[in-house]
Amino acid sequence: MTAATTTLSRPHSATFTGQASRRVRRLPLHLAIWVIMAIWLIPTIGLFVNSFRPIADMSSSGWWTALFPPSRLTIESYQTIMETEGVANSILNSLLIAIPATVIQVVIATIAGYAFAWMNFRGRDVFFLTIVGLMVVPIQATLVPVLKMFNAIGIAGTFLAVWLAHTGYGLPFQTYMLRNYIGGLPKAIFESAEIDGASHPMRFWQIAVPMSVPVIAANVIFVFLGVWNDLLVALTYMGSSPNRPMTVIVTQLVTSFGGGWQFLTAAAVVQMALPLAVFLFLQRYFVRGISAGAVKG
Amino acid sequence: MDDRIITALGAVIGVPLLLGGYLWVTEQLLARLPRRVQPTVRPYVWVFPAVAFAFVFMVLPAINTVILSFLDRRGTTFVGLDNYVFFFTNPDTIASLKNNILWLVFFTGFSVIGGLLCAILFDRIRYETLAKTAVFLPLPISAVASSIIWKFMYQYDPPGAVQTGTLNAAIGTLGFDPVAWLIDSTTNNFALIFVGIWTATGFAMTIISASLKSIAAELLEAARVDGASELRVLWTIVVPLLLPTLTVVGTTLTIQALRVFDIPYVLTSGAYGTDVIASQMFTRLQNGQYDRASTVAVVLLVVIIPLMLINIRRFRQQEEIR
Repeated sequence: MTAATTTLSRPHSATFTGQASRRVRRLPLHLAIWVIMAIWLIPTIGLFVNSFRPIADMSSSGWWTALFPPSRLTIESYQTIMETEGVANSILNSLLIAIPATVIQVVIATIAGYAFAWMNFRGRDVFFLTIVGLMVVPIQATLVPVLKMFNAIGIAGTFLAVWLAHTGYGLPFQTYMLRNYIGGLPKAIFESAEIDGASHPMRFWQIAVPMSVPVIAANVIFVFLGVWNDLLVALTYMGSSPNRPMTVIVTQLVTSFGGGWQFLTAAAVVQMALPLAVFLFLQRYFVRGISAGAVKG
Repeated sequence: MDDRIITALGAVIGVPLLLGGYLWVTEQLLARLPRRVQPTVRPYVWVFPAVAFAFVFMVLPAINTVILSFLDRRGTTFVGLDNYVFFFTNPDTIASLKNNILWLVFFTGFSVIGGLLCAILFDRIRYETLAKTAVFLPLPISAVASSIIWKFMYQYDPPGAVQTGTLNAAIGTLGFDPVAWLIDSTTNNFALIFVGIWTATGFAMTIISASLKSIAAELLEAARVDGASELRVLWTIVVPLLLPTLTVVGTTLTIQALRVFDIPYVLTSGAYGTDVIASQMFTRLQNGQYDRASTVAVVLLVVIIPLMLINIRRFRQQEEIR
């Protein structure tokens, strides 16, 4: 990054007037960037400000009026959503869906990733190419039969159904990521461990897992946020179950209120608080998950 | 304590233990087998859980969906291509197909171009991290929350009334009449697509930026010394070098554009001519029209298959380099 930036400052323009004229020339660049940043930030800021205004104010004046006194800030919306049937409960549901789904998925994927990377077996390439292909299969192509299956065995609407479904849909990509990472670890380490008599379980547990902690961490964050933010899977398999997560409850509230949905600003803030906190504090892992996921949808 | 919490805790602790136990038990059993057979059997034991999930939740259901699309609603009688004839003659599905094409062109196009532009512009400033964070910020926000965010941006109040929507208030100060962004059929699809672009640009920017930083600075400096203008350097050196990355980002976003669901579903419920294939599929599924829902899903799958093959081919090329 520094290399690319320094090439832009030409050495012979480093005189005082040169610097000033360079600043003027670069003004449009900065202006453009500030405009982009404003467009990308204002919608979220607007929602955030609105969520702290009286519900009546939200439908009678824009959020920006609160930036000037009298701001009349209140937590009325937050109180309203907590009193709204099902919302508080759905926050807990979201956690109870996302945490186990993440654990199940990452554990299975790590084991399979190791096997695909360091074991030789017939059909390995066929299985793995299938997994690569499955990464882009739209889950819509599976919804009807899987829903029928869940109904047939009587688990539709339960946490178990959603954990299993998320695991099934997420595993191809997770396996792909972990296989690539674990397969990229130095071969010599695994070979010398083998010569020293370390079995596969030992090599997996004492070499592959500890060395893959960064990528496993990135995956945990990535999967957790994906499930936390998911709408389609929960909407399909949860029906009207009391186990519905927050995304489903909020969506159903949005679509059922023609007007007067404004108090849901608070619900949106609560729903996105966790992803944003994760993003701001664990940005490095999050960005890594995103970049590695370039092939995924 | 709440039953649900106990169930969830059980899963969090139980599943890793179960899998560990599974590997331990099979390892004990393997030890009884002849030494030469062990390495042949063990890999299957290790990949079994992942492969089983892939088959039960993806491969078999996808095949089943294809079969269902040739049957009647109850799934008992073969009806040939009836459901497909319906799909390609029904005005609703045709309209949703057209909207997906709009998504494909504008969502993918603008997100890639926007991401490229941000990557190039932000590369030239000192507050690069700050600018990147701003553009990246919508990415972790769920489609449900972004839809509520944008409901306020697009809010419409009749002319003369106080405009509470950010966009209408902004164009109001410039003297324009308010626009019903989400209802007016000339603007609503683009309004929805922009929400998608707002989310996806940060993704495109991140990937393109990483690839941009890997271009040797000397190469660009040499071109500049030779008198090439900044634009020329970008167009003849930077963009061609970024082409493989742009293709990867483009394919990923194309797949997203084809299966987009949440944004139209939450913002307009597919009303006012904003339906897309995925929301068509979902509505039919909820109404119990399993035959029609499956047909819509198959069409989506067929459109995505070429992209799947591209992905597999690219993976094989990468493997050859490794």
